Amino acid sequence: MLSRMADSLYWLSRYVERAENLARSLDTAQRMTGLPSSYAGSTNEWESVVITAACKDSFDEIYSDATRANVLEYIVGSKANPCSVLACIATARNNARSVRTALTSEMWEILNDAWNETRTVDPRNLPQKDLSRFLASVKEASLRFDGAAYRTMLRTDHFWFQRLGTFIERADSMARLLDVKYHLLLPDDERVGGSLDYFQWASLLRSVNALTSFHWVYRESVQPWLVADFLILRPEQPRSLISCYKELNEYLDQIAEAYGRQGPAQRRVRATLSQLSNAKIDDVFQSGLHEFLESFIAQNNELGQAISQQYLS
Amino acid sequence: MSERIYFNEMRDKFGANRPGYGALGDWIERAPPELIASRKLEAEHFFRRIGITFNVYGDVQGSERIIPFDIIPRVLTSVEWARMERGLEQRVKALNAFIGDAYGAREIVAAGKVPEDLILQNPAFQPEMVNFRPPGGIYVHIAGIDIVRVDDEHFYVLEDNARTPSGVSYMLENREASMRLLPDLFDQYRVLPVDDYPEALLATLRSVAPATATREPTVVLLTPGAYNSAYYEHSFLADKMGVELVEGSDLFVRSGIVYMRTTEGPRRVDVIYRRIDDEFLDPITFNPTSVLGVPGLMNAYKAGNVTLANAVGTGVADDKAIYSYMPEIVKFYLGEEPILQNVPTWRCREPDALRYVLDNIAQLVIKEVSGSGGYGMLVGPHATKEELEKFSNKLKNNPSAFIAQPTLALSTVPCFVESGIAPRHVDLRPYVLSGADRVRCVPGGLTRVAMKEGSLVVNSSQGGGTKDTWVVEV
Repeated sequence: MLSRMADSLYWLSRYVERAENLARSLDTAQRMTGLPSSYAGSTNEWESVVITAACKDSFDEIYSDATRANVLEYIVGSKANPCSVLACIATARNNARSVRTALTSEMWEILNDAWNETRTVDPRNLPQKDLSRFLASVKEASLRFDGAAYRTMLRTDHFWFQRLGTFIERADSMARLLDVKYHLLLPDDERVGGSLDYFQWASLLRSVNALTSFHWVYRESVQPWLVADFLILRPEQPRSLISCYKELNEYLDQIAEAYGRQGPAQRRVRATLSQLSNAKIDDVFQSGLHEFLESFIAQNNELGQAISQQYLS
Repeated sequence: MSERIYFNEMRDKFGANRPGYGALGDWIERAPPELIASRKLEAEHFFRRIGITFNVYGDVQGSERIIPFDIIPRVLTSVEWARMERGLEQRVKALNAFIGDAYGAREIVAAGKVPEDLILQNPAFQPEMVNFRPPGGIYVHIAGIDIVRVDDEHFYVLEDNARTPSGVSYMLENREASMRLLPDLFDQYRVLPVDDYPEALLATLRSVAPATATREPTVVLLTPGAYNSAYYEHSFLADKMGVELVEGSDLFVRSGIVYMRTTEGPRRVDVIYRRIDDEFLDPITFNPTSVLGVPGLMNAYKAGNVTLANAVGTGVADDKAIYSYMPEIVKFYLGEEPILQNVPTWRCREPDALRYVLDNIAQLVIKEVSGSGGYGMLVGPHATKEELEKFSNKLKNNPSAFIAQPTLALSTVPCFVESGIAPRHVDLRPYVLSGADRVRCVPGGLTRVAMKEGSLVVNSSQGGGTKDTWVVEV
């Protein structure tokens, strides 16, 4: 297939996934601010949304405070933010438009609908009710897009590159979310796993749609290292880092097989996957979760670049 | 403007439905306006949803619009169509022969039938093409011939489009829409299908692959990109044909061979259905600032390693000055009488004609020889005094840039407009495909409607709409 087409497929899937993750973040912040501070902790949930989205610096250039209104404006759809929810949807839709022949009509219609429905949203004027509806519709669009891709695309390189975008983005956002929650938001004097702040951890799980499934897997109360174990190392959890890498490995394998050639991307994905497969959560905490996640984010980026160099340009 | 009697395609002067319109006429009579309105709304939703939009240049606000679609189909009988089809085939054969001659021996000039300067001075003439013969001698692989009807018997060719005619996706999507929206009517008719157009197009393109190509030649569709006004159509056709939709940057030329950049490395390209204009094709040969084209493409083309469809320089045959010679061109190359008629045309380059045109400007339509899309034309009966005067001066200053035609009494068909069902003027653009093997033409074509009351301008850039066109067995 055309390199440009593979590139667009890869990126439009990243943008759809990113829009969903941002929407989940905002949704969680919204819930947390509804709790009394004795339950929710003293952290600023809105600020954590900005940090997780990796746009703290550009946000600070425009706003002095991470208030609800400011964060909503910036993350939902400020013109100054090229990675706002609305910008992600518009970019994904534009990419889709330029590679329409690579998408099934169902996938295109979902993106086109999402764009048509959300482009009139005013990020400075979002009452609670409208915000919830907006966030729900973004999550739903992403779910439908994913489902449509899974159910309607031919199993050829079109599909594989589309999947690669989804899982690179998902792994990146999961690692960032964990990093922020564990090490940036907890006050220094509070020992990780100390006075259990159930709602903090529960909110983290909820933001990746994993609260209920956590209980099914562990049958224990929510504890920080179990949460990390669940979201990093458990293959049952479909958003965990290891799950993302199993998928990435599988699709890169299929591409290599179809093209009859292995390359740096295949070697990188195997290396990271084997690290994750051999890791124990106790060791991860021992040597530092932050360092572990930081190095994972860097490796994930390098894999993205390797895919670009090998196939997309 | 004087009252004129326009040919009503649905009803004769006694109010009876013409052949082919029986069931449709009854349906229109019986269907409550609310029903038609709700189907129209459904149609709009359908078009918006699948994203059939076109971009309007110079319009930042709504840069993606949908072309108004009128749900009432237009009907032609298979008898009318059979005759038209023969005429179309004849006409494109003559066009191809003429272009080959214009870039070859110029026998038609030697025979005194067409003045040489109309070829050599033509802005669309490409010296690059002189003495180059593309595979099968086919230049215009895809032609759009604009036809108007004035009465029961007379269809006139209004214009030949031999460069990159667009609109065929609307023909196909309109049929999809009307099959969805009017199933009750389809039950009562035998409508000749059009949905094999992409297949016919692909067969045509494959038939002209260079001799060096493999048995399964690689065809691509070259688009200027997602911001082009016809982008939807480009992606639609590429998708239906199952060929790659490429932009200039996806292609490159090495040692006179065209390749596309793929995830598996370079892959050779044999036939390019290009939807970008000549001057942007290759920055080395043509416009050096073009970023849409492919450097070295003309070399590869002239080396016979890739086929371009349509060929370069076909514009020499479709301007309005050459148009006026089409009857002679048909006779000269085919030795046949033209089946489709031309609109009587005054060539303002001829002094007698110019005098007549200036004297009768208020009754005539004046067109720029090289204009298209309804721009730069004057409709005498609709013009103000100042406009007439201004245009007269333009004419006197540069007569050979213009032709004039009588204002035709374009036929009307019933349309669903705000005030209900009302007659509107239409034209028809059938698409004719010429391959090395044969000529192909799907029945019907794109009917364009002037949606404004009394208007004769059907171009989508100027508020025109479209209709599904049914060729029915009677």
